[in-house]
Amino acid sequence: MRRSNSAETEMLKGTLDMMILRTLVGGDAHGHTIAKIIERSSEDVLEVEQGSLYPALHRLEDRRWVSSYWGVSENNRKAKFYRLTAEGRKQLVRETSRWRQMTRAIGLVMGEEGGAQ
Amino acid sequence: MSWLRFLHRKRSDAELKDEIAAFLAEETADNEARGMSPDEAGRQARLKFGNTQKVRESLWAQNSPQPFTNIARDVKYAFRTLSRTPGFSIIAILIMVLCIGAATSLFTVVRSVVLRPLPFRDPQQLVMLYEFHRGAEAGTQDSRYRPVAPGDFYDWREKTSGFEDMAIMRYAGYNLTGERGELPESVRAAAGSWNLFQLLGVQPAFGRAFTESEDRTGNTVVMLTWSVFERRFAGDARIVGRQIHLDGKPYTVVGVLPSWFTYPDAGIQLWVPYRADVSPEFLRAHDHHQSKVIARLRPDVSPASALAQVGAVQYQLHLQYPHDPVNEDIAPRALNEDLARNVKKPLILMLWAVCCMLLIGCLNVANLLVARGAARQKEVAIRSALGAQRTVLIREQLMESLLICGAGGLGGILLSVTAPRLLARAWKDLPSAQGIHLDGAVIAFACVLMFAAALVAGLLPAFSTTSKKMMSALQTSARIGTSSASRTTLRKSLLIGEIGITVVLLVSAGLLLKSFLRLRSSDLGCITQNMLTLQYDLPDKKYNIPAKMNAFNEALLQRVRAIPGVHGAALGNVVPGAGYWGDFVFTVKEHPLLKPGEELPSALARWADPGYFTALGIPLVSGRFFNTDERGSRSYKVIVSRQLVQQYFAGDGAIGKHLRVPAHPHPQVPGEADYEIVGVVGDTLYRAGQEPKPTMYFPVFEGDQNGLMLALHTDSDPLQFSISVQKQIASLDPELPVSDVLTMDQVIGGSLVNASLSATLMLAFAVLSLILAAVGLYGVLSYLATQRTAELGIRMALGAERLQLFQLMLFDGMRPALFGLGLGLIGSLATTRILQSMLFGTKPLDPVVLAGVVGTLLGVAVLACLAPAWRASRLDPMKALRTE
Repeated sequence: MRRSNSAETEMLKGTLDMMILRTLVGGDAHGHTIAKIIERSSEDVLEVEQGSLYPALHRLEDRRWVSSYWGVSENNRKAKFYRLTAEGRKQLVRETSRWRQMTRAIGLVMGEEGGAQ
Repeated sequence: MSWLRFLHRKRSDAELKDEIAAFLAEETADNEARGMSPDEAGRQARLKFGNTQKVRESLWAQNSPQPFTNIARDVKYAFRTLSRTPGFSIIAILIMVLCIGAATSLFTVVRSVVLRPLPFRDPQQLVMLYEFHRGAEAGTQDSRYRPVAPGDFYDWREKTSGFEDMAIMRYAGYNLTGERGELPESVRAAAGSWNLFQLLGVQPAFGRAFTESEDRTGNTVVMLTWSVFERRFAGDARIVGRQIHLDGKPYTVVGVLPSWFTYPDAGIQLWVPYRADVSPEFLRAHDHHQSKVIARLRPDVSPASALAQVGAVQYQLHLQYPHDPVNEDIAPRALNEDLARNVKKPLILMLWAVCCMLLIGCLNVANLLVARGAARQKEVAIRSALGAQRTVLIREQLMESLLICGAGGLGGILLSVTAPRLLARAWKDLPSAQGIHLDGAVIAFACVLMFAAALVAGLLPAFSTTSKKMMSALQTSARIGTSSASRTTLRKSLLIGEIGITVVLLVSAGLLLKSFLRLRSSDLGCITQNMLTLQYDLPDKKYNIPAKMNAFNEALLQRVRAIPGVHGAALGNVVPGAGYWGDFVFTVKEHPLLKPGEELPSALARWADPGYFTALGIPLVSGRFFNTDERGSRSYKVIVSRQLVQQYFAGDGAIGKHLRVPAHPHPQVPGEADYEIVGVVGDTLYRAGQEPKPTMYFPVFEGDQNGLMLALHTDSDPLQFSISVQKQIASLDPELPVSDVLTMDQVIGGSLVNASLSATLMLAFAVLSLILAAVGLYGVLSYLATQRTAELGIRMALGAERLQLFQLMLFDGMRPALFGLGLGLIGSLATTRILQSMLFGTKPLDPVVLAGVVGTLLGVAVLACLAPAWRASRLDPMKALRTE
């Protein structure tokens, strides 16, 4: 079992919300799928800590960026599905552009030509 | 949003549990697909997920606001600690209920009577106007404010323009008889000028107020107050426009006043126009001082110039009538000040007393909390060693006292829903124009008290248990318990404070009580034992000539004197001790005319039948009593009191001289007002505790007194005779209502009800404080005894006598009591000076009262110390040595 080191976890904290929203662009998903998608698409570099996934999902729901409903999973199990709302889509755009700016700025500081592009 | 979350956090927790279960199931299935055994798959899934409880907790915390959670936790913790010792908690809460309840109840009364604005339009613009007597004669400021004569009032209103308007009112009384055989009843009424209600800004609930044309002599219209409207007319608005019978005459009801209108007091049942029932001569009189004037200030005229205008008119009148009692000046008084004048001082005094009691209660609860703090010393020490912040520990302890005081405050508010009403009923003088009830300000006051009490009671123990020295609790062995020394000192100082305040309260209560007893037992100058009094009012219409009145009165006297067991019967307008009732100015016909500016002599006016003095036991000094045939034109005689003779006849030679009483002209010969002095009688007091005043008695068979008071001297309990007397009256005139059937002691007591009430309430507060202090003393000493169990055991083992131990403990307990007593006595020196003006025949440093207080306090202190000291001396030394 790989354990993500603390630096990665720290980064995850700030960007987890954004990544969850991004994941949901592909369609409604339940917690397990979301975690799996994030892990897969980061080539297993990022491991989602379950301790922060669920509070994050509930927080997003609080802010009405996602909505939730109980459905049946691909394996025929009862699961809570999350869906991106229109509001959430806008938030994702905002967060993504901020993230781009951020990584570009950090890239410049770190001396990479043209930032993270 | 987050509040919604907070309220639904149970449900979202349940959902989360399901979600976690779903996650684990998915992960397990994935793992199984990877080829793991079912057990290993489940284990790996759980490993991957980590601590489910932690996830749930973090979401739970996310759903609850942080400070709120802390407070909730503190409350829960404090609640648990308190419910672990229910005895302590109940006692502490009861103490606070009592103290906060008493303070809040009294504040309710103070607020309603003194602080809240009157429910009239712009009440701050309303003033009462009085005539003001500038004379140099000794007297308090209050006695120089005189009621207004109607003649003066009409001149003021006509000749000045400084006030927006002025209205006049006086008290009256009627016999209300029913049309359909309801019982006749005698009701208190008021007569007000037509503009009074408009001036106050009062709209009738039904019908209308009086009009200017209705305010005329002989007019028969009436307004009902809400109480009589509800009680006697069943709250039926159709009464407006109908007729009711007052003194046998039909009066048309024009309106009903709203239920909140209880000005000037709640006893007034009816209002009639001011001029309706009086003669034009009365309205022109400048010497009939019996009315009250209310004026409304004009916003554009300064009060000083408005008053100056009226004052100038009054001075002109004074110069115009040099031989009549027309005062030189006028003086104003704010309306609510005027209503609360008599009760303000005792009210404030009692509020202080009740605050002292509250302080004692707080100190007591603080004391109890300090004792509990001692038991939890180790817990606190360990917690702070583990890193608990001092502020957190203090907050937790404060929460306990806050809970106690909160419960106390809640109980107190409930108590003050009912208690002020009881107080208002017992306190006859209490003005009730505003209605006495709970309002927002009172509840706010209770909350402030509650928090203040919680701070006072909680901070001291909280600071002491969490002080820096607390770490020593971990070092010292409980066996020696030296670390509690500072706490013991704290408890003893709290106790000294408690006892000191109690002493001050006890001394004040003792003085008021003694003063009241003095008043009660003061010699009125007549018989007061076994006396039955009652009042009746012969209606003008039926008894329109003196002969008819005399016939009724004589027949009644003859009948009641024949009742077995009745020694004598006195008929007059009033008996001694029942109040002032009115005076007349007079001159002596045989003396030279008074110089201008000389004080006009005045004397109380009384009416008496020939048997009055004998029945009441008022001694004859010289001359004779009235004869039965002194009536009609032969009745121009007067009997005077000894003091009148001393003051105006140099003590002798009054018999045969004539008093000229212009305010009371001969009933049959208007203009003639000379009365021959036929007798001199002993002095009586019009009210217990007041100086005697010169008095003159006119024959009741003059036949112009409608309101009469009958007094019977009986050989046993006078109230037994009340039925038979009323039967005699009913057999003579079944329509005549009888009122105020009272023993003379009750009549005198009625005039002393204020003194009695302040004394009783103060005594109650003082006794409660004494009990609280005794409980405190007992608590401290019991605690000390437990603390010192081991030490006492050692002393015994070393050969100390039981008696020695007993004395040791007793003295230990008595020391704070003695200190407190000393401090309290010093405090009393200062506070009793304030009381001085309320005392009658009692010095502020009355030795009997002081000795009584010292004795009581020492006695109670010894009693409180006895039990713990006894227990300490009966210890089994072996057990004592083994205690941890």
